[in-house]
Amino acid sequence: MDLFNSIKKLFSKDTSNNSKDVAVERLRLVLVHDRADLTPGLMQALKEDLIQVISKYMDIDKEEMDVTFDSKDLTAALIANIPVKGFKRSV
Amino acid sequence: MAGNVIVITSGKGGVGKTTTCANIGTGLALRGRRVVLIDADIGLRNLDVVMGLENRIVFDLVDLAEKKCKTRQALIKDKRFESLYLIPAAQTKEKDAVKPENMVEICNELRQEFDYILIDCPAGIEHGFKNAVAGADAAFVVTTPDLSAVRDADRIIGLLQAREKRIDPQLIVNRIRPAMINKGEMMAVEDVNDILAIDLLGIIPDDESIIISTNRGEPLVMNPNSRAGKAYRNIIGRIEGENIPFMSLNYELGFFERIKRLIKK
Repeated sequence: MDLFNSIKKLFSKDTSNNSKDVAVERLRLVLVHDRADLTPGLMQALKEDLIQVISKYMDIDKEEMDVTFDSKDLTAALIANIPVKGFKRSV
Repeated sequence: MAGNVIVITSGKGGVGKTTTCANIGTGLALRGRRVVLIDADIGLRNLDVVMGLENRIVFDLVDLAEKKCKTRQALIKDKRFESLYLIPAAQTKEKDAVKPENMVEICNELRQEFDYILIDCPAGIEHGFKNAVAGADAAFVVTTPDLSAVRDADRIIGLLQAREKRIDPQLIVNRIRPAMINKGEMMAVEDVNDILAIDLLGIIPDDESIIISTNRGEPLVMNPNSRAGKAYRNIIGRIEGENIPFMSLNYELGFFERIKRLIKK
């Protein structure tokens, strides 16, 4: 944590648990998906397809795998966090 | 000059569309503008009671669309203002009794005679919404500072912008509670406006007198002592092209936020 934030914490009323900040962040994420027309079902389908493709090359941890979509300002990103358990050696 | 057709919409119900429509219409009439309010919520008529005109209804929007009456007959004259009229929704007829082309035709006719045609849009994004926006030149999107209302507003904005005749709506944020914003327990107008990214037309503080004015069927905009009434008068000034600063709801910034702003400058 940088100095600025730590001083801010000292001076401000407890802002860490503001329900307003929670609302803004939840709203932002919901709208990112709404605007891109990405439903949870679609994200699940994408995730399953990703598993299929990547499994051809690597042994991945399907349970721990996480795929999210986010966007800020004018850029959008698909972020996939896929733990690899091992590699498949070609014969 | 031909009149301006403005639809007042929100997506979500219960955020204050009808109240906003009644107050903006009354406020414009207060300035001597010729105004007609159209209640497009077929089956759930409400604008008539908010205006206190429920006892005067003979014909309604469906009668007009089906050409069972003349436009003049469907126009209900306001009790207080010479230049203010209402076309009520039908209460018992089928929702799809009116078609978008009927609305375009009705709006075009009214344009010749009125300065402003304000359409109170039903909640939702289906048939009633399509009718209400069909003849509109402009749109005001009403929202409250909560997740579901803002989400629905975003959807409506998307639909309006995707229209063949694109409409870039203006935003009205209703029912603001400065004390809650101060405590960080309610989204501020800036938060909502940043997220929706359209022009801000007005901010309206939560005001108990709105309930009293609805009880009496007298729009709040006529009450000189009400803060919400003042907020509506500000909106009306902006509609008429005046440059009116947004009402200060004096939710003060924390000590550090102020310093941060100073540094940013």
